[in-house]
Amino acid sequence: MKFFRRQTKPDEKSNGEPKSNDLQPSIPSSTRQVKPVEYEFAPNDPFLNYLISSPGVVTLEKLTMESPALEFMKNVGVKIVVPLVSQGELIGLLNLGPRLSEQDYSSDDFRLLNTLATQAAPALRVAQLARQQQAEARERERMEQELRVARVIQETLLPKELPELDNWQLDALWQPAREVSGDFYDFFEFPDGRLGIITGDVTGKGVPAALVMATTRSILRGAAERLVNPGEVLERANNLLCPDIPRNMFVTCLYGLLDPATGQFVFANAGHNLPKKCTSTSAIDLRATGMPLGLMPEMTYEENEVVLMPGESLLLYSDGLVEAHNPDGEMFGFPLLNSLITDCIDCSDQIEMLMDELGKFTGPDWEQEDDVTFVTIRRLPVLQPVAGTDGDAEGMTILADFSLPSVPGNERLAMEQVAEIVRTAGFPVDRLENLKTAVSEATLNAIEHGNNYDPAVPATIRVLKSADRYIILVTDQGGGTLIPDHVKPDLDAKLAGLQSPRGWGIFLIESMVDEMKVHTDEGHHTLEMVFILTSKDKQGVAA
Amino acid sequence: MKSQPFEAVVRFHEGSATIDLQGEINAFAETALTQAYHQADAQNPATVVLNFTQVSYINSTGIALIVGLLAQARKNHRRLVVFGLSDHYIEIFKITRLSDFMDIYADETSALHEVKNG
Repeated sequence: MKFFRRQTKPDEKSNGEPKSNDLQPSIPSSTRQVKPVEYEFAPNDPFLNYLISSPGVVTLEKLTMESPALEFMKNVGVKIVVPLVSQGELIGLLNLGPRLSEQDYSSDDFRLLNTLATQAAPALRVAQLARQQQAEARERERMEQELRVARVIQETLLPKELPELDNWQLDALWQPAREVSGDFYDFFEFPDGRLGIITGDVTGKGVPAALVMATTRSILRGAAERLVNPGEVLERANNLLCPDIPRNMFVTCLYGLLDPATGQFVFANAGHNLPKKCTSTSAIDLRATGMPLGLMPEMTYEENEVVLMPGESLLLYSDGLVEAHNPDGEMFGFPLLNSLITDCIDCSDQIEMLMDELGKFTGPDWEQEDDVTFVTIRRLPVLQPVAGTDGDAEGMTILADFSLPSVPGNERLAMEQVAEIVRTAGFPVDRLENLKTAVSEATLNAIEHGNNYDPAVPATIRVLKSADRYIILVTDQGGGTLIPDHVKPDLDAKLAGLQSPRGWGIFLIESMVDEMKVHTDEGHHTLEMVFILTSKDKQGVAA
Repeated sequence: MKSQPFEAVVRFHEGSATIDLQGEINAFAETALTQAYHQADAQNPATVVLNFTQVSYINSTGIALIVGLLAQARKNHRRLVVFGLSDHYIEIFKITRLSDFMDIYADETSALHEVKNG
């Protein structure tokens, strides 16, 4: 408790006579001198205990006790003290010096003061509470204002708009549980057309998480500008973050590099939720191991890659969705997420669908438990007829249509992409390896002979399906001249040095497929490979 | 799917050398494969055994590299045998007639047994 004393002397206009309101609180005015004196009671001062237990006016002259507070009050001229008690709590003291008439206080004065104290105490208590609430409200308002500013600042750290990629649809949602968040996402557009994609989640939420988020984002941006491989970016970010991150905090983070031309997505994961590749039939978790950022330096991060085919999408998300609870305490969880995704493969707005489902699951009174962030990347289906081939026949469905730069190794990428799309479409498993070899060789042929390994010149691959066949068309940008008839490889001649050891490609393709045709126009060669489904193959699909 | 760099490691046995191949046999494999064969050849083994157990992919350029090894082996009067091929690549070895010149075994034990007793 703090003691406040206000000394008031009569102004010059006063005649010095005591006034009827001498015992009421003095009102400062320009005509009076006011000298407040402050004294802080020690909590164990016996005078304080005496006042709490005293029933009414206390005359200090009559008191003798070892009390620094009592001694102080006597020294500053206090004669009587009226404790102001409300609901058993000492909330103030009414301290009076000698009467201005220099007469002693009378018993009437005491009664008046007691009555005054009885009425003043609750009023004072109300005033104190009101002042306290006002102060708290001001403090709250100040903090809320600061948080609003912090949120505005944090929002500037998120992408202001989503990148525009031809034949791709990108969506993102960032919904903090509080004003500010530890979740974040980011995009980096590289000059070669590739897109860096980051989603991250700092432990905890609110201001501490938001501060670490800002630091992490800057570090990741710096690392992504200097390095290419996602695993190396996370490794560098981890080493930079480790010395500065507060104890018991860490950051989970996924960094992926998307090549929009091919659909290739190379990624590394620092303990973040597994991204989901959503195909026409399933949701597949994409795994790559790595420790969260900020826990231990010198960590390495596994890199993996997948290819997104037309119509497929990638879902990146923080744990605010899967760890949300409904009123019965049940968690949203991964099984529900997976079933929602597979039930809604063709959703044009996966995020809206998931947020609707989250709302239904948690109910209207849900207080958001954790930050929720989504990023979805969807490769739009491209449906174009292929002129001059059997592929423009009625009844054919285009399963895939994509291009790859003509660089060594991309024949393997084409092979995996086509294998994945036909496998999910029901292509007979026992012929899949034949198809892979045929696609690989046809693409290698287009890249090497048609496009002369020029990375700027694409090889185009189209996959079509009808009830009784699959057709794969691989087109280069050569054209003009017919592909020369290939010489059937003769191993005896090759071993004898009479033929080049090479020259197996077209031979292998012909051996793997049911039909092979070559189409040539002014600008292109298209190698058409046909796999005819047998009745056994069709029964296998039906089963 | 991550592209796997090619590696070839040579192990020697009595009268034979086994080359353990790992990764994808395509144009990128040429240097490592040729070096490994020369390393094996330098010890003058009667038989060179190619281990395909860890090979995930062979394209037409890879077939050409194997044809090249076979030509060298025949020139130096060495026998070339293989094991660990998947069914698909066994089929390709048959289509290309490589299997006419290289005995194919399921595993190393049977390959070495045949090398020793064949």
